[in-house]
Amino acid sequence: MAEPKTKYDRQLRIWGEQGQAALEKASICLLNCGPTGSETLKNLVLGGIGSITVVDGSKVENGDLGNNFMVSESSLGQPKAKCVCAFLQELNDAVKAKFIEEHPVTLIETNPSFFSQFTVVIATQLVEDSMVKLDRICRDANVMVIFARSYGLTGFVRISVKEHAVIESKPDHFLDDLRLNNPWPELKKFTESVNLDIPDPVVHKHTPYILILVKMASEWAKTHGGKLPSTREEKKEFKELIKGKIIKDEDEDNYKEAIEASFKVFAPQGISSNLKRILDDTCSEVDSCSSDFWVMVAALKEFIANEGGGEAPLEGSIPDMTSTTELYINLQKLYQAKAEADFLIVEQHVRDILKKIGRDPFSISKPVIKSFCKNSRKLTVCRYKPIDEEFNSPILPEMQKYLADEEYSLAVGFYILLRAVDRYSANYNTFPGQFDGGMDEDVSRLKTTAVSLLSDLGCNGSTLTEDLINEMCRYGAAELHAVAAYVGGVASQEVIKLITRQFVPMTGTFIFNGIDHKSQLLYL
Amino acid sequence: MQRKIQAPDYHPLPSGPLPSVPVTVGCRSLVSSNCNTQCNSDRELLMADATAPQSSRSRDLDKLLLRPGHLVGPTFEPGTELRDDLQEYARILVVGAGGLGCELLKDLALSGFRNLEVIDMDRIEVSNLNRQFLFRLEDVGKPKAEVAAKRVMERVTGVNIVPHFCRIEEKELEFYTEFSIIVLGLDSIEARSYINEVVCGFLEFDNNDKAVEESMKPMVDGGTEGFKGHARVILPGITPCFECTIWLFPPQVKFPLCTLAETPRTAPHCIEYAHLMKWGEVHPGKTFDPDDPEHMQWVYLEAVKRAEAFGIPGVTYTLTQGVVKNIIPAIASTNAIISAACALETLKIASGCSKTLSNYLTYNGVEGLHTKATEFVKDNDCPVCGPGIFMELDTCLTLKMLMEQLEDHPKVLMSRVSVKYQSKTLYMQSPPELEALTQSNLSVPLFNLMDKSPKGIVHVTGLAGKGDTRQSCSKKLRVVFKGVGVGITDTDMAGGA
Ligand SMILES: [Zn+2]
Repeated sequence: MAEPKTKYDRQLRIWGEQGQAALEKASICLLNCGPTGSETLKNLVLGGIGSITVVDGSKVENGDLGNNFMVSESSLGQPKAKCVCAFLQELNDAVKAKFIEEHPVTLIETNPSFFSQFTVVIATQLVEDSMVKLDRICRDANVMVIFARSYGLTGFVRISVKEHAVIESKPDHFLDDLRLNNPWPELKKFTESVNLDIPDPVVHKHTPYILILVKMASEWAKTHGGKLPSTREEKKEFKELIKGKIIKDEDEDNYKEAIEASFKVFAPQGISSNLKRILDDTCSEVDSCSSDFWVMVAALKEFIANEGGGEAPLEGSIPDMTSTTELYINLQKLYQAKAEADFLIVEQHVRDILKKIGRDPFSISKPVIKSFCKNSRKLTVCRYKPIDEEFNSPILPEMQKYLADEEYSLAVGFYILLRAVDRYSANYNTFPGQFDGGMDEDVSRLKTTAVSLLSDLGCNGSTLTEDLINEMCRYGAAELHAVAAYVGGVASQEVIKLITRQFVPMTGTFIFNGIDHKSQLLYL
Repeated sequence: MQRKIQAPDYHPLPSGPLPSVPVTVGCRSLVSSNCNTQCNSDRELLMADATAPQSSRSRDLDKLLLRPGHLVGPTFEPGTELRDDLQEYARILVVGAGGLGCELLKDLALSGFRNLEVIDMDRIEVSNLNRQFLFRLEDVGKPKAEVAAKRVMERVTGVNIVPHFCRIEEKELEFYTEFSIIVLGLDSIEARSYINEVVCGFLEFDNNDKAVEESMKPMVDGGTEGFKGHARVILPGITPCFECTIWLFPPQVKFPLCTLAETPRTAPHCIEYAHLMKWGEVHPGKTFDPDDPEHMQWVYLEAVKRAEAFGIPGVTYTLTQGVVKNIIPAIASTNAIISAACALETLKIASGCSKTLSNYLTYNGVEGLHTKATEFVKDNDCPVCGPGIFMELDTCLTLKMLMEQLEDHPKVLMSRVSVKYQSKTLYMQSPPELEALTQSNLSVPLFNLMDKSPKGIVHVTGLAGKGDTRQSCSKKLRVVFKGVGVGITDTDMAGGA
């Protein structure tokens, strides 16, 4: 094991040392190590996951050599879990790898407490009733589960956990927090010291757009009853005013940037509807059982209602913009100082609340609160329904909407059929089309099964196309390597998000559509 | 559009007797009776255990290749012959043996292909090991293509992978004609453009400016960055080529030199100052080598000095490397997803066993999960994959005469023309040194300049329009010479006059 920092360099640039530390602490259980499961684990082992436990009761046979890279000719007849585990260990000796030669179904039936030791259980290629049972076990034990299945040219990925709160959601495009539409007193004061009509052309073209916009917005407000531009005409006029400040025949990038950024002045003040929803969540009424996340949300709520004057704590960073070094650095310091001041207030609220609910006031660390404040506008809470609830009482209007929507037709068809094949196998002890011959009979049996499933779900009258039912029978429960690698890849990406608690994991059920790649997330 | 795979040079597939071994796997009644003896909760076992032990290696793939379907490509002919043809005649080139390439080789080897080749000029580095799963620590320093090929062949018996440890430009054009499909696992726009030009260069057009199907070589392209990626299918002449949608790749951000020199504000500004300005000043004549740790360390320390002088926070060694080498973050899972999509499309194009992606898939896992298949349209005037402007010329026409013709040609109307044939510059208007160097070509017949080949593609750049509205543009000319040994059956000749 040499130079882990260099080895992990390309991923440390994404989730940082904290994310990496979380991965290295995590312990993963994989159920069934066919290609879907093996590929999921491979991606995690390469990234340096803490430990893995591979559970599979089958022996390697010829067919496995055709779809699973983790087994080879010399593995024939040996326990699959053992062979897959050995290959994975070869990929990264920093990972603690072990295997259990046991059928996952047996484990679910006979030893439910087994699962409570893991951070995440990755359950692959399970049929419906095992999924439901495992889901119950893991929810009770507060263990995250991710289900993944590959089936012919389709498959699914579904996360199941009561609640997953993300502080560092790191969205791609998120409006920076400049407060141009609602500057705090120090920023206003700083702006007043700047003269936009300064004759020195060098100074003129190096006045950062933050100052230009705050200044011009305040001038606008003076002549518009304290209001900022809001109608289309007003916005246009405001931009023209900025344009008018450009010195004739000069190429002034800072003013161009100001025009481009003027929408930040027009943006509504206060917090987003997303954040509001989190503040209004009943979980923000905290007691001694509340998680750290919700304690901090309660503190944030106090801050926004009082000291923040309707705004969240300032993020404290500014993007690069045309400016002199000095003005830019001074602005940077101004934003940082405000962010620090906001943080100190929130921190005090956190300590007070902790005390009130009978916890150690210092049980949440300063860096955690700081990160929470910095990311407060981007907080995300994901919740996942229990599997049996989705299976037995899906959201009917959503289901009907998908069934009627062209873009969703294949995906929702696959969703129904992926469930229908499990019912089928419960009845006939085989999957439709699993063996050659008798295809016509399998097709008509699957059709009957799908129709009765649809009617059980309350979607009477909805039908699936003959072509799709036929297609599902053609697949005959095949686990194709490329499909397994895709589905496993998706599952591993989601596991990383769950463990690092960075980025937002998917919600809903992801249906892979390998025909035309119109894969969809279904919210049922 | 699905295409049947074809043997190199498009010889018809051998039509000899096919092996008549039945490929039935397992026996229905036998297996059901097995299952009946198991307890009900063990139904999962079906999925792995129920097939008879003598199950064929292509147990799963056979379902897709041997059975008819309704949602398949128009040319799909299921059967053992198709499976055998894939194994025997389909030749796939994987360009790049990095994060995507390693996955692609594995995926293709397990998708019924047996003849693979891989080309990559790089050697293995420690920072590859978090995702390029075919490499181990002891492989560091060895050629990627060679190690990747060896590792996959060790594990998947029957697969043959030929590695090419060289630059893609080093190969003769003929090298690329050998393959049924070319799959790209690259991280640079330049390399993609190069292969795209080569492959689109194979296109031939009929007299209606329609691409001739036999001349189309499909490409499948993948790319990733962090949690995001894309996979696309390029059927030259039918779907957009890389050049048609070049706008999908935004230009790289470059800092103005005056910012670096006079008003640095951020850590990257300080780093680029040290890298682009200070290095040359202090080490005149010595090229900066980003792979030399001493060079990198020097740039880092200079950047730190500059940052301190200006009071700018945030210069670290990691950031210095990232900025100087333009490092794109990369993880195993995204590479796995994108490569799998590419391999699946390759299988579908080669076999017709399902519809093909049309034609651009994006994957974004940053915030939730978003995938989208977008059907982009081809640019008919694309200088790379378009038919170009057909011109039938006399063999005695000189380059100068051609340039004069172009000024008045209704479809060209270009002045101040520079001319290129393949990678050869025939004439350049500027800079003056190049003009002087190529001036002597003006009086030479184009036919001679084109090595007396009966036809070929000539690229011209120049100014279109008149007066103030003139702007630079480039056009592709499809040149055919009159009365030179091309058979009457040649599709290009049919378009004369
Ligand atoms: Zn094109």
